[in-house]
Amino acid sequence: MRAFDYVSPTSTRQAANLLSSTWGNTEILAGGTDLLALMKEDVVTPKRLVNIKEIADLRGVKSDSSGLRIGSLTTLAEVAEDAGVREKYPAFAEAVREAASPQIRNMATVGGNLCQRPRCWYFRNGLGLLPKDESGKELVEEGDNRYHAILGNDGPARFVSPSTIVPVLIAYGAKVRLEGPKGKRELPLEKFYVIPKTDRDREHDLLPNEIVTEVVIPAANGWKVAHYEIRQKAAFDWPLAVAAVALKMDGSSVQAARVVLGHVAPTPWPSPQAEAALKGQPANEDSAKKAADAALANAKPLSQNAYKVQLARVAVKRAILKAAGGAA
Amino acid sequence: MSTTTHQPQKSEISFTVNGQRATVHAHPMERLLDVLRQQVNLTGVKEGCGEGECGSCSILMNGVLVNSCLVPILQANDADIITIEGLASQDRLHVLQQAFLDCGGAQCGICTPGMILAAFHLLSKNPQPSREEIGEALSGNLCRCTGYTQIFESVAEAARRSTGR
Repeated sequence: MRAFDYVSPTSTRQAANLLSSTWGNTEILAGGTDLLALMKEDVVTPKRLVNIKEIADLRGVKSDSSGLRIGSLTTLAEVAEDAGVREKYPAFAEAVREAASPQIRNMATVGGNLCQRPRCWYFRNGLGLLPKDESGKELVEEGDNRYHAILGNDGPARFVSPSTIVPVLIAYGAKVRLEGPKGKRELPLEKFYVIPKTDRDREHDLLPNEIVTEVVIPAANGWKVAHYEIRQKAAFDWPLAVAAVALKMDGSSVQAARVVLGHVAPTPWPSPQAEAALKGQPANEDSAKKAADAALANAKPLSQNAYKVQLARVAVKRAILKAAGGAA
Repeated sequence: MSTTTHQPQKSEISFTVNGQRATVHAHPMERLLDVLRQQVNLTGVKEGCGEGECGSCSILMNGVLVNSCLVPILQANDADIITIEGLASQDRLHVLQQAFLDCGGAQCGICTPGMILAAFHLLSKNPQPSREEIGEALSGNLCRCTGYTQIFESVAEAARRSTGR
């Protein structure tokens, strides 16, 4: 690794003031499970590392009138074991328990999970978020794109958004709270993710000197929520497709639905098409299949990932049926 | 708030490892894995992948199982660490170590310290785990020799011996 300053602020305000206003100069260190590998490979080369683990305010799960508030430094293991999360947001608890490995969940934080960088192998090999060769040819389009995007991939971004817990958080209607030198702001979680247009952009709406402070999940009363992942390995693997579904039932028919896909696009991918297909229908095999077809109707696979379209369809269908059969 | 530069200055860092106080001088982002092996001579901590995938460098830090290849040494300041060397008492093996011996849970041995520490962490929270819970608790530890069956059996056997069942 290269030389850099290492600072350990004890408040969010201090930390924000230590972060640079442009990307590339500084990085935030929390659990370190993603950042250390990126630094070892010279994918990121910060001049200053801001260790935020000493900021006690950012830790822990609290409950108030806005819902459940999860501090960004709370580890995935702490979330998975939290009684309130398991009782009121079981689909979220399940998604967290399925993420990574026990060792990683003991270190990795919720804020870090939201901000983790894409797994695209061109990016991880230092070729950039929107990798091109000298002649300007797009490497993902021309190369090995078996794990890349099938939706929202008109370019130039073709990586997939890596978090496996964000789709279900969006299905629960979660918001993210940020703090920077200019103060605090709150965003619906789906608005936190953006498709970068140039190599200078990032894949989220965070400013370079802002910090994720909290995730807030509103009360899930009346919503039945489920999370479903398709992977090659049963444990410790990145999914090929993720679907999260929230259903509000009116008797036996769907009054409202939220359908969010993961690992299919450069952002978590809410599907208004699938939501419209479910509305007013009974939640059964037939309506689930129609909604899944609607969710993938606009899919445009790259040269090697057409198989992901069918996997994503199956994930959506199974998540709908799982939500319909399950508790809130 | 503290400010340090990664290079060339080293920081003084103290922690407890297997019940003994240790003080080392290291760059802030040196890996706990390297410090334990090279400065504290605890070579039971094994490096496999170096990126958190294989679990062979697993240790307990403040009671939780972590990959020591992903812990910058500065984050281990004041921590309470347990490595494989801390499990046996005098010349008596820990019940998990004896069960791994008796059940053929170790072959080449590289994954064994991490496997045993992951199992130790599991049994400390759940003394009678199901087969599924054993699999889940060891899912961050790769073994390329045994096919896992004997490892799972070793953990189940240790659980039986320590709960008297």
